Amino acid sequence: MKLVIAMLMDGVIYASWLFVIAAGLTLIYGVMRILNMAHGSFYAIGAYGGASLVGFYLAGGYPPWGAYFMLLGAALIGGTVVGLLIERGLLRMMYGRDEVVMILVTYAILLILEDVIKLIWGVDAYFAYQPYTLLGRTKLAGLSFANYDILLIFVSALICFVLWWGLNRTRKGKLLQAVIHDRDTAAFLGINVTRMFTVTFVIGAVLGALAGALTAPGISVMPGIGVEVIILAFAVVVIGGLGSVGGALLGALIVGLARSAAVHLYPDAELFVIYGVMGLVLAFRPQGLFAIATARKI
Amino acid sequence: MNALLETRSLARNFGAVTAAADIDVTINAGEIVGVIGSNGAGKTTFINMVTGYLAPSSGEILFKGKSIVGKNPRQVMRAGICRSFQVAQLFPELTVLDNVLIAYGIMKHKILPLMSPLATKANIQQAEQLLEEYGITSYMAETVVTLPQGVRKLLDIALAMLRKPEILLLDEPTSGVAIDDKFELMDTVMRAVRKSGAAVLFVEHDMEVIARYSTRLIAFYDGRVLADGAVSEVMGDEKVKELVTGHHLDIDYEREVEHA
Amino acid sequence: MKYATTMIVGAGIALLAAGLFMPGWLTFLLTLAFAKGLVVMGLLLLMRAGLVSFGQGLYYCLGAYCVGIAGDYFETQNALLLLLLAIVVCVALAAVIGLLLCRYRDIFFAMFSMAFSMILYGVLVKSSAFGSSDGFNVKPPLLFGWTPTGESGPFLAYGLAVVALVGVGIFVWRYLRSPMGYAGEAVRENEIRVEYLGASVRRIIYTKYLLAAAMAGLGGGITALAAGHIDPEMAYWTTSGEFVFIALMGGVGHAAGPVIGAVLFELLRTYAFQISPYTWQMILGIALLVIILYLPKGVWSLVERVTKGKPL
Ligand SMILES: Nc1ncnc2c1ncn2[C@@H]1O[C@H](COP(=O)(O)OP(=O)(O)OP(=O)(O)O)[C@@H](O)[C@H]1O
Ligand SMILES: [Mg+2]
Repeated sequence: MKLVIAMLMDGVIYASWLFVIAAGLTLIYGVMRILNMAHGSFYAIGAYGGASLVGFYLAGGYPPWGAYFMLLGAALIGGTVVGLLIERGLLRMMYGRDEVVMILVTYAILLILEDVIKLIWGVDAYFAYQPYTLLGRTKLAGLSFANYDILLIFVSALICFVLWWGLNRTRKGKLLQAVIHDRDTAAFLGINVTRMFTVTFVIGAVLGALAGALTAPGISVMPGIGVEVIILAFAVVVIGGLGSVGGALLGALIVGLARSAAVHLYPDAELFVIYGVMGLVLAFRPQGLFAIATARKI
Repeated sequence: MNALLETRSLARNFGAVTAAADIDVTINAGEIVGVIGSNGAGKTTFINMVTGYLAPSSGEILFKGKSIVGKNPRQVMRAGICRSFQVAQLFPELTVLDNVLIAYGIMKHKILPLMSPLATKANIQQAEQLLEEYGITSYMAETVVTLPQGVRKLLDIALAMLRKPEILLLDEPTSGVAIDDKFELMDTVMRAVRKSGAAVLFVEHDMEVIARYSTRLIAFYDGRVLADGAVSEVMGDEKVKELVTGHHLDIDYEREVEHA
Repeated sequence: MKYATTMIVGAGIALLAAGLFMPGWLTFLLTLAFAKGLVVMGLLLLMRAGLVSFGQGLYYCLGAYCVGIAGDYFETQNALLLLLLAIVVCVALAAVIGLLLCRYRDIFFAMFSMAFSMILYGVLVKSSAFGSSDGFNVKPPLLFGWTPTGESGPFLAYGLAVVALVGVGIFVWRYLRSPMGYAGEAVRENEIRVEYLGASVRRIIYTKYLLAAAMAGLGGGITALAAGHIDPEMAYWTTSGEFVFIALMGGVGHAAGPVIGAVLFELLRTYAFQISPYTWQMILGIALLVIILYLPKGVWSLVERVTKGKPL
């Protein structure tokens, strides 16, 4: 029983973190047809930015609860700046190219950003554990959970709701869905697709950075975290179906629970399980769980 | 007489859309069957089902008395039914010669060789001959994307004829081709067909082309066969006039047929 | 055809001869580059069919571990036997995975192949018998009972790499001109037409996948023998990304592209790393962008433009 609860809680915590990253990735793919490898770097930038801002802030002796706003601020600023720079400065020149070529372009961006991060923050690890420990811990069925992690679940649920609401209940969101569904027709109908692209990319980048910033207090922020995260996010969005936010949620839950089950029952299989699940899903639903299959007409 | 190809109650739907509702068509050896029908009537879907590209939702397809439902396009083609496409299916970034060489390469080997060259003198010569037959030799070195529509269509049909099919299904062979060139294209195709003795079913929107080349006419409407019979008979059918061809056509079909 | 074969063999002999006079570091660098070139030659077969595998590291790593593990287990250092084993094991695995992969295209093929290499990575990182994430050392190779020492140390692996490169190079050169080679282009251009011509697209892709796996396994095996140390990083997705990088850099229009790309890549990386250890990845990234933007057919297209007399 204890084991089951531990597995469930860890799984959901892990999933809520994964969802935030994957949502940005899948949104960008859905609208722009770019599978963004550099998304991991956005995550890293958010984490580094969050950790160092929190560090500055607390060193100044301000009230500790403000640190949470520092995390959010870091994600917002970092994601917006990097997202705008990359989309306006680089991707703009590449639109219309093959999807696979776009993967390579974002791979190049990833390589560049990895070093930019090292140039700005160096190679030493950063810690910003205060926001994590500040909230204390909760005992549940004889197990102890960090309140920060539990908060993360709610934050992630909130993000999920905001995304859903934005996409389905606002005019802009519905236009965005039109672009996701059929880009050519949307452009034909007079939707400003170029603007949509910029906005989407920035939102996606902010989500990536937000995931990083929210995770920063719980980990040691060091080089390479982005590269690790991106392939997890890939697994999530592929399982859910590329371009589907709902799919990302389901994918995150599946991956999160599978991983936590592995960690608790058979730790050696941690990575194996994630890709095993992905392989299993793809073997039966080649387009992922939520994607719309399109047959080619001849 | 034994039918070459026969479909019975062939049906296919895409979700809520019924592309083919109930199609009974028979084609006998030596026939040139024209097919008309408005957009979305199910003509392409019919060809797709017969050639194994789409599985029918229900119904039966018999080729020389044997069911071919469930066979894939490769098997159907080996059995003797080949097709052309509404939009020519070629290798766009390759030259016309390469297109034909690949076709021969695939046709000649059940298991493709890994080490022996494809562009040998003998193979190139053979490709030239084929292009000669369709009158497009001059385009040999050009990439497909640069070709005029008519040449693409011809190449598409030439590739379909490579296997010497017993039935050739042509999906709008003259669509996208300038009016003046339609007859020339059809003449070329029909010459090749006559030489091989294949039966033909061809989808066509141009009534003049239909009138000139077909020995029989089938009208499709809404996934069903609306009328089937001699060309003038089907053309004169009230329902066909109303639903497929429209009232206002004033071509004298009898004269056209004589003319042909 | 004869002419090309002679040229490739000639180039191989010249490389072998040059190897006798090279400084050790260059021999080593070229050996690693050639090994990667082998992997990328396999990738070239896939890429010409329009399939980009982001997971060739799977076979690269597997080949290397085969050599390392079998060397220990069977207590043999016989290089030829070990490499042969690496190829066989890789092809066997590819025969299973390929069945699944040949159903996918585009980014799905890319991501799915990446997932498989990450599975191997995940397994190796946790397997303490093989040194977990540190990997383990591979014994120096023997060839017909001869093991070079001292100055000529790296030469044996170098020689193996050159010979393998010549063999695979001739194969790929001829392959690209064969019906199967052309069929790859055909699959990239229009699968429907290929099926309607009577060939199975899946079977074509499957064949290419097996060949690519064999070449990647061979490359990995040679790397293990040359470097004397292997670790799970070889299966990490960034390694596979490197292979795609090399393929783009060299160009996939010709069998020589991967080799040129691999040598350029190793030089670029070595020098970039020496000049500025903190920004070498950035230099690679910028180089990749420049290639995608201005040289989409790779460096080899420059050579072709020169030899065909077209202006640059
Ligand atoms: N792959 C598919 N997925 C969904 N619907 C399809 C598909 N193929 C055909 N349809 C639908 O089935 C119906 C019949 O299509 P079909 O292509 O057979 O018509 P057609 O008679 O060939 O028309 P046209 O003259 O335009 O070529 C149409 O409503 C079409 O939209
Ligand atoms: Mg049609």
